[in-house]
Amino acid sequence: MAETIKMPKLGFDMAEGTLVRWVKNVGENINKGEVLAEIETDKATVEVESHAAGVVLQHLVDAGTSVPVNAPIAVVGAAGENIDSAPAPAESKPQAAPAAAASSSAPTPATVTETAAPAAAVSPAETGPVKASPLARKVARDRGVNLGSVVGTGPGGRIVRRDIEAALAAGQPLKVESPKSDTRKLEYSNIQSSNIHASDESIQTTKLRQAIGRRLVESKTTIPHFYVTHEYKMEALMDLRKQINGFLPEGEKISVNDFIVKAVALTLRQFPNLNASLSGTNIIRHGAVNVGVAVTVPGGLMTVVVKDTDQKPLRQISAEVKTMAARAREGKVKPEDVDGSTFSTSNLGMYDVDEFIAIINPPEAAILAIASAKEVPVVENGQIKPGWRMKATVSVDHRISDGAEAAQFMQTLAGFLENPVRMLV
Amino acid sequence: MARITMREAISQALMEEMDRDPAVFILGEEVGVWGGTYAVTKGFYDKYGAERVKDTPIAENAILGAAIGAAMVGQRPIAELMTINFAFSAMDYIVNQAAKLRYMFGGQFMLPLVIRAVGGGGRQLGATHSQTPDAIFAHFPGLKVVSPGTPADAKGLLKSAIRSNDPILFIEHATMYQVRGEVPDGEFLIPIGKSTIQRPGKDLTIVTYCKGLELSMKAAEELAKEGIEAEIVDLRTLRPLDMEPVLESFKKTNRAIVVEEGWKSYGVGSEIVSRIYEEAFDYVDAPILRVAQKEVPLPYNRTLEQAALPQVPDIVAAAKEVLK
Repeated sequence: MAETIKMPKLGFDMAEGTLVRWVKNVGENINKGEVLAEIETDKATVEVESHAAGVVLQHLVDAGTSVPVNAPIAVVGAAGENIDSAPAPAESKPQAAPAAAASSSAPTPATVTETAAPAAAVSPAETGPVKASPLARKVARDRGVNLGSVVGTGPGGRIVRRDIEAALAAGQPLKVESPKSDTRKLEYSNIQSSNIHASDESIQTTKLRQAIGRRLVESKTTIPHFYVTHEYKMEALMDLRKQINGFLPEGEKISVNDFIVKAVALTLRQFPNLNASLSGTNIIRHGAVNVGVAVTVPGGLMTVVVKDTDQKPLRQISAEVKTMAARAREGKVKPEDVDGSTFSTSNLGMYDVDEFIAIINPPEAAILAIASAKEVPVVENGQIKPGWRMKATVSVDHRISDGAEAAQFMQTLAGFLENPVRMLV
Repeated sequence: MARITMREAISQALMEEMDRDPAVFILGEEVGVWGGTYAVTKGFYDKYGAERVKDTPIAENAILGAAIGAAMVGQRPIAELMTINFAFSAMDYIVNQAAKLRYMFGGQFMLPLVIRAVGGGGRQLGATHSQTPDAIFAHFPGLKVVSPGTPADAKGLLKSAIRSNDPILFIEHATMYQVRGEVPDGEFLIPIGKSTIQRPGKDLTIVTYCKGLELSMKAAEELAKEGIEAEIVDLRTLRPLDMEPVLESFKKTNRAIVVEEGWKSYGVGSEIVSRIYEEAFDYVDAPILRVAQKEVPLPYNRTLEQAALPQVPDIVAAAKEVLK
C-alpha cells in the first residue's frame, strides 16, 4: 500500500514550507528514516525523512513550491504499485511513472495520473485568493493588516473596509500570523545603487540570513518589547559546576549555560505567562516547557530546542544541547531540533560581554539574554570583596506580560542560580 | 427667486434668450399657433411672430436640416422635437451632420444649434414614443447632451445652451413639466458640462440625472428614515461628462449606485461605473449597481409600464444592497 508523505509542521507557527530540493527522485528506493527532501521554513532548511520504505512513486509538488503544512508532497510504495487512491498531485506529472510500469506499456503511467482525483495538493481554502474589496485591500496595505487574519462580513464573506477597521480596533496582530503577509518586503530595503562604491563588496545573503531578517523584523516591528536586567551571584554555581565536572569525562562536562537552561525551565513552570504565545486576543500558555538555545552557525544562528527541559536532568540537557548544536553547526539539523521552543535563551558569556538584550523569537513571549559571569568587586555587609557576578536581561512581549511579572521571574530565577543545588533534586 | 414649474422655467429661458438675441428662433411641430405639444411655447407666436416661431411639416429631417443650415449661416436656431423618439428620423442630421460639421470643415463653421427634445416614459405613449435613448446620443463626440433634473437647472442650462456655439441636444422629461422648484429670475446661467451635488450624504453615492434625480431624491428620503444618508450627484450633462463630483463623492462613500431611466445595457450607468472602476479602483468597497429600465420595449399598459420603469423602491433596494 502506497503511503503519502506530508509537509511536516516544524513549529508552533509554521503554516507552510518551501520544498527546496528533492533528495530522492521518482523511481529511487528509499528506506524508513532516509531523507526524501529538503524544505525551508522560516527558521531553517531542514531535511524531511520518509516514514515509509519502498520506491518513490510520485512527487506531488515541484521543487521550489511553497506547500501548506500537512499537504501531501510525495507518494512512497512498492515498485509499479497503482496509486489511484493516493492524493492527487497539484500538477499532472507523466514522467513520474514507476520504472517497472514504464517499461511494459506507455499508457499505464498516463492512466495513473489522469485518473487521480483533481483535488490539488494545495487546498483552495488555504491558498485561494482572499475575497476583499479593492478598498479593503488598500486600507489593509496602508495600515499593515494581514487580510488572511480578517473575517469578511460582506456578501459571500467578502472583506470590506469595516472589517479591516474592526480588526484594527480589536488589536488584530499586524502582519504576524501568516507567512503570506508581505513582511518579506520589509526585511532589507534596497540600497540605492549610487551608494555602492567601487571598493564595496556586495554579498548575496543566505536563506538563513534572510529568514533571520524576516523573523526579527517581524518581531521588532510588531511586538512591544520591554526589558528587565538582573545581576546574579554566581559563586555557588561556579563551585558546584567545578565539583560536578570533576566526576565527568571530557566531552560530557556541564557548562554554565546548561545550568541556566535548567534554571530557566524550572522558573518558567512558575510563570506560565512567559512560557506562552499570543494568538489573536488569547494567550496560549504552553503545557510543555521547551527551552530554546541560540547556537552560532555559519552564516547566522539557529535555536535548538530541549524538549520538556524542566523534566530533564542537567546531564541530559547538556548532552542534548551539545548534540543538537553540533548538528546545527554542520548544517545537518533535524526538524525536531529546531521545533517547538516555548522560550529562548541567548548566551554571549564566552565573549566577555557585560550585558545585552535580545529580540524575541516569535511566537514566544520572551527571551533571556545572558552575559558573562565575571569576577568583580562586590559589597557585602559593608565590606568590598571579590565575587562572581553575571547579568541577564529578559525581553518580554508587553502584550502578554508586564514589568512586575518579568522582574519576579528574574528574581525567582535567582533562587535557582544562586542555590544551584535546587536544580539537582 | 420664484417657485415655478419646469415648463415655466424652460419658457422663461427661451423668452429671455429670444429677447436678448434676435438671431434666436424656434422651429418645430406645433410650436407656433398651438403653443407647443407641452405648452412650452404658449404665447411665443403672438409675441415673436411666424418669422421667429416657425411651425414645420411633420418631417424631423427637414426640421434638423433647416436648423443646421440656419446655424451655419449665423442664426441661433432652437429645433424642437415633439419627442426624442422622432430624432431617429433625423439621425443622420444629428449625429453625422450637426455633430461633425465643425470638424469636417476644419472649423470654418460653428453650429450654434439647440435641439430640444422630450424624452422618457410613464405617460402611456407606447413602446415607440416612450424611450430614453440618451446614451445613444451621448456616444457621439461632437454633440453635447444636456438633461436637467430641476427647474432651475433647466433654465440655467438652456440659456447656456442657446448661447453656446456648439450643437447641443437638450433632453426634457415628459413627466417633469409640472415639477416645481425655486428658479432665479432673469439672468441665470449654469455652465454646460458640470455635475453637481444635489443632496449631501456620507453613506453612499447615487449618481443620476433628469427623472432619475426626482426618483433618487425620494429614495434618499426613504433611506434617511433608516439612518442611511445618500449623497446624490446630478450629472446634468452627459457629454461632456464631468466625473469630478462623482469621484470626489465616491472616494468619500466608497459605495455607489447609478440611477437612469434608460435601459441598463450599454447605458449611462455602464459608463459611470466603468469610469469609477478605472479612476477610483482603490476606493471600491462593494460592486457598484445600476438601477435602470427593464430590458423590454416599454409597455403601454399602465401597470406594466410602471413595472418596467425604475421606481423609488428599486433605488432603495439597490442602495441597501451595496451597503451590505
